[in-house]
Amino acid sequence: MEFSLRRVAAMVRRYWYLLRSSWPRILDLIYWPMVQMLMWGFLQTYIQQNAGFFVQAGGVFIGAVLLWDILFRGQLGFSISFLEEMYARNLGNIMMSPLRPAEFIAALMTMSVIRLAIGMVPVTLMAIAFFGFNLWSLGLALAAFFMNLMLTSWAIGILVAGLLLRNGLGAETLAWTFMFLLLPLCCVYYPVSVLPMWLQWIAWALPPTYVFEGMRALLIDHVFRADLMLQALTLNAVLFAAGCIAFAVLLRSARRQGTLLQTGE
Amino acid sequence: MDATPVPVPAISVDRLVKIYGQTTAVGGISFDLRPGTITGLLGGNGAGKSTTIAVIMGLLTPTSGTVRVLGAEMPRQRYQVLHRMNFESPYVDMPMRLTVRQNLRVFGELYGVADLPARIAQLAADLELRELLDRPVGKLSAGQKTRVSVAKSLINNPEVLLLDEPTASLDPDTADWVRGHLERYCHGRNATVLLASHNMSEVERLCERVIMMKKGLIVDDDTPQRLLARYGREDLEEVFLDIARGRGKARELVS
Repeated sequence: MEFSLRRVAAMVRRYWYLLRSSWPRILDLIYWPMVQMLMWGFLQTYIQQNAGFFVQAGGVFIGAVLLWDILFRGQLGFSISFLEEMYARNLGNIMMSPLRPAEFIAALMTMSVIRLAIGMVPVTLMAIAFFGFNLWSLGLALAAFFMNLMLTSWAIGILVAGLLLRNGLGAETLAWTFMFLLLPLCCVYYPVSVLPMWLQWIAWALPPTYVFEGMRALLIDHVFRADLMLQALTLNAVLFAAGCIAFAVLLRSARRQGTLLQTGE
Repeated sequence: MDATPVPVPAISVDRLVKIYGQTTAVGGISFDLRPGTITGLLGGNGAGKSTTIAVIMGLLTPTSGTVRVLGAEMPRQRYQVLHRMNFESPYVDMPMRLTVRQNLRVFGELYGVADLPARIAQLAADLELRELLDRPVGKLSAGQKTRVSVAKSLINNPEVLLLDEPTASLDPDTADWVRGHLERYCHGRNATVLLASHNMSEVERLCERVIMMKKGLIVDDDTPQRLLARYGREDLEEVFLDIARGRGKARELVS
């Protein structure tokens, strides 16, 4: 049996059924991105009224927060769908079925995009209404930013899923906090040049750094830095492959240790 | 010379060992199950039944030894046969917020079931689930949930069925009904069943062979009738107690 789109669709259907049966789950997708966007949007409005530079750099904060949410919520969407199987004690059914790990991952990636769309599309429209910031006007640049951020979020989501398989729900905290490790390092709200030199090396090793630098170049200097996007893509390819390898190793280890059967704490 | 071909075992366990750290969960057991047979796997808590079943399902890698299901080595070649097997266990649940129909549809698609709506309708009729199809699994009683789990385990018409305590926590009437259905399915489909249970009357009723485990080893392996005769007991519960407490006459076995 080869990779089966039918099985991927079956898993997407499973998560979709769950999502649409639960309004708190849907509300949660929109609530925090909206709060973040409004908070940073109003802060930016205040600064714009008091500092000439930010008048020129209109939308930098709100753009940063929206792109950060793509990165963070992309990973969270992946990880939460996986966690739903553990909460439901359904992982045994899944792992015993003909679903292959690659198909499972593909379904989780699809769900992360669906969950992100439910959360982010209304929030980006609200950003236009409240602050006149139109993320969609970035056009092709937005597509490049989105693709790179999603690849990073999936790579980390895959790694976290492997850790959950190997360590059970004891590793659940990682699903919620892992991405925040990257927040100060990938320079979401400030340029890389702000960091001390030794931290800049680490920052440039992270694909999202290139995206946020690219966003600032676009919004402040009105230049699309394709070179940054290509560098991010290269790093993402490495990161994604590393995430998949780590997942395979952790899954094999879970089969040896018997943790597929004991997915509790 | 007898030319009758020997059937390939549906499940073949050969010198299976599973060790966790310093603990030996299974200490080197071997058995073959012929196609179309129902076999009970009995033993007290910690005897190694669940570990053995987990290896057969491909969820656990053995420390040494081999397990083959329908000719495929588990877990290495599991994708060759997983669509021909299934299982039911009280240690896993169906997603509670999904309706019975949604669950069966998802699992049917995962197992590649052809004409899925017809299969769901057939299972709903066989297992008296018609009224429940559009209700969330979480809203069902324990007995109804078990019937749904049985439906899931039969969704792909499995040739090999692994049942871990299929009637645990059911009232006697529902448990009897579930046993009856499983018995009819297995004989109708000529399916091979390995049943782990603590319910001795269930084992006596369903199984033509009983494998007794204790501390990771097989301590007896025979038909229920011969076990009763050898231990001089009237029911398997007494045989179970004899074995658990080290009394009686186990057959000479090389695990």
